[in-house]
Amino acid sequence: MSKKSGSKRTKVESQDAEVDPRRLVGISAERVTNISSTDFPGHYPDEDNSWSHKKFKKNLKVEVKRLSQRSIEFDLVGVDASIANAFRRIMIAEVPTVCIEEVYVFDNTGVIVDEVLSHRIGLVPLNVDPSIMSMKESGEAQATDQNTIVFKLELECSWHPSMQQPSKDKGKAPAHAASQSSATPSTQNIPDNMRYVNYELLSGHLVWKPVGEQETVFGPNEASNPQKPGPINPNIVLAKLRPGQGVKMELYAVKGVGKDHAKFSPVATATYRLLPHIKIKKPIPRESVEKFKTCFAPGVIKVDSRTNEVSVDKVAVRKDWVSREVLRHPEFEGVVELGRVRDHFLFNVESESAYAPERLLPEAIKVMREKLASIKRAAEMLAVPSASELIEVEKPQGADVSMQDA
Amino acid sequence: MSDPTASQGTQGPTGGGGMGGMMPPPRENMDYICADCGAKNEIKPREPIRCRECGHRIMYKKRTKRMVQFEAR
Repeated sequence: MSKKSGSKRTKVESQDAEVDPRRLVGISAERVTNISSTDFPGHYPDEDNSWSHKKFKKNLKVEVKRLSQRSIEFDLVGVDASIANAFRRIMIAEVPTVCIEEVYVFDNTGVIVDEVLSHRIGLVPLNVDPSIMSMKESGEAQATDQNTIVFKLELECSWHPSMQQPSKDKGKAPAHAASQSSATPSTQNIPDNMRYVNYELLSGHLVWKPVGEQETVFGPNEASNPQKPGPINPNIVLAKLRPGQGVKMELYAVKGVGKDHAKFSPVATATYRLLPHIKIKKPIPRESVEKFKTCFAPGVIKVDSRTNEVSVDKVAVRKDWVSREVLRHPEFEGVVELGRVRDHFLFNVESESAYAPERLLPEAIKVMREKLASIKRAAEMLAVPSASELIEVEKPQGADVSMQDA
Repeated sequence: MSDPTASQGTQGPTGGGGMGGMMPPPRENMDYICADCGAKNEIKPREPIRCRECGHRIMYKKRTKRMVQFEAR
């Protein structure tokens, strides 16, 4: 429906070089139209829509729009939703990272029980570049200096030296005893950092214990990793302690993927949305320009201060949330056509791992290529082998897929 | 290619659960913690259970010194 009306559009306000209407998903008040792509062979008669590498290369575009220390926004244009979604899912679940996996508790007298504390420690993101570590094959596999990093975590809470003074009675729990007798209300307003020493167990208390060749491989002398292994953020509170309570643990970090456990996921969020497309078909009457403007996200609609002519900001459209607010008002009926560009993906990825945000997509592509390579190998084995190949095929060759029928 | 667990002796991941196989160490005096004042107390047989510091009659046993293994999950 929107396709038909789109083709005979009157060029009132040209947004930019026309987006091919075939690339648009229509968004009307109560439904979404033209969801599926149509660029496959046989959909349009007399058109060759078979996939060609040349055409794909011409249309493919990746552009970084914003890059910060921990997040990236980029556009991926010219691929099918299945590909874009695959990259998103791989970034979440299959790009490997290094996390603490095994906890050996020698002492934990804090109020956080061992299991919960272990879980919390596992979630701490580490700054170890996963590419310099090898994957531990299974839980029972031998830990080596290439697949395991050892940390120590040791902390003992005690009274702050200044709190020793009022300890006339019993000498063990001065503040506690003092506040109980309520004779000295002045001690009640003392902040924790004046009362206790080491009263918070932080991720920064993790101490790396290099084993074997790790000193040279993971050490800070390497140009590739300027710091020694440890948490990315040293200020994560893992547990709170009180005098007499302490923690002593040994932690083994291994490489893993997000589909095994969410702590291994290198991203905090990895999302995409489609580029919004707004087509203004008729001029807006002067009196409702302000109202029209507020129907969209701030900055999306430009108003010429002289002529009061309304147009869509090419750069700011991406910020629109396509709320369909315009479609609610009778005066704007038929004035505007909302849509999204089906093959224009606006990615927003936040890295929460050793990877710099701009490295995540290349890492995802690497994982995808490995998958394709194994699929290709499997498919080749499925092909009917000639007599000479048959001998070769019959021995397993360490292939991970055995689909040999007949 | 050395084993990071090797230097840990018996405390490696194969130690499993921190329980199995370890002989109890020779009996050493067991300290108890007073529930009221937190003082360390040694309790001998046939002696009233009573804190030396404050006279409280409730004691806590200390946590085991043995290693316990957990998965960080």
